[in-house]
Amino acid sequence: MSELVLQIDGREVTAQEGATILEAAESVGISIPTLCHHHKLEPYGGCRVCSVEVEANGRTVVVAACTYPAEKNVVVRTKTEKLDRIRKALVEMMMAHAPDSEKLVELAEEYGADKDRFKRNQSFCIHCGLCVRYCNEVKKKNALGFIDRGAKKRICFIPEIAAKECWQCKECFPLCPTSALQAAFVLNEAITTPSSAEHSCSCGHGAGK
Amino acid sequence: MDIGRIDQIIDKHGCKASSLIQILINIQSENHWLPKEVLERVSERLAVPMNQIQHITTFYKSFSLVPKGRHEVHVCMGTACHVRGAQRVLDTVEELTGIKPGETDVDLKFSLETVNCIGCCALGPVMVVDGEYHGNLAAGQLEDVLKNYE
Repeated sequence: MSELVLQIDGREVTAQEGATILEAAESVGISIPTLCHHHKLEPYGGCRVCSVEVEANGRTVVVAACTYPAEKNVVVRTKTEKLDRIRKALVEMMMAHAPDSEKLVELAEEYGADKDRFKRNQSFCIHCGLCVRYCNEVKKKNALGFIDRGAKKRICFIPEIAAKECWQCKECFPLCPTSALQAAFVLNEAITTPSSAEHSCSCGHGAGK
Repeated sequence: MDIGRIDQIIDKHGCKASSLIQILINIQSENHWLPKEVLERVSERLAVPMNQIQHITTFYKSFSLVPKGRHEVHVCMGTACHVRGAQRVLDTVEELTGIKPGETDVDLKFSLETVNCIGCCALGPVMVVDGEYHGNLAAGQLEDVLKNYE
């Protein structure tokens, strides 16, 4: 595969053809914040926190570094005022869902995001898709997926598969930047194994009674 | 809906994963909804995982995962229909069928939905039953229109 040279934050960077801007930047130690990126998974471009400015032929566009392929002779900027503003707004929007997520709190400090800017919608899920994609691509179990769309989009386990596969695995748990995944799993657990739900439920409405 | 008919539909489309949506549309239009057993069969035949099928069937509003009536009634609530009395039409349809938007009656005869515009504003207020357009409706005509559907 041929190599190409591009400029990132004023440095000449050599990248393999087909590599993304994020990979090219990481290869020389330039860090770009990410939430939905995982080295074992296909690029997704879901969170947009990795937005960077790309200048080519005199035009500057904002693109997601994790999906945009590195090109010859382009100038990439990873830290500008405009990008800080974009990342700040993105973090603020995600914090309406998960205000106490560690990763988001870190990013909020860095970009001065106000966690109370938008009205709370505590779904806890920021739709990074890490759990869904990890299960599909790495584990190939397809135990959970997204359902619905837009503001109602959420993750949902397939009870039959989850009851068989998830107990021994749970590898998606540490990937989740919030606690939404664990919550969804506990919910599914209550559906698939009513007896355990009965013990943990203090209201006396456990199934099987 | 029996498995044989599902297989027929799947085979007609060449049993390809890329035909998934077309297959689901065909099943939906014949059966009016997509039961779980049907989706499991489609998933098995096309080798498309269930979580993807679930994603697609919940994404598009034209797919239903709950039983629907034999006749689908859509009342347009778009701006033009709204100012020409769509609310009265909807209220009367609700009264005649005994169901609210998004619901299906116990005999599986009618399912009622509201839509935001069906593109023929000059006919407002409009109601569509099984793809048949009824325009310039007055609340008093609705009983006669709905009587024609069994």
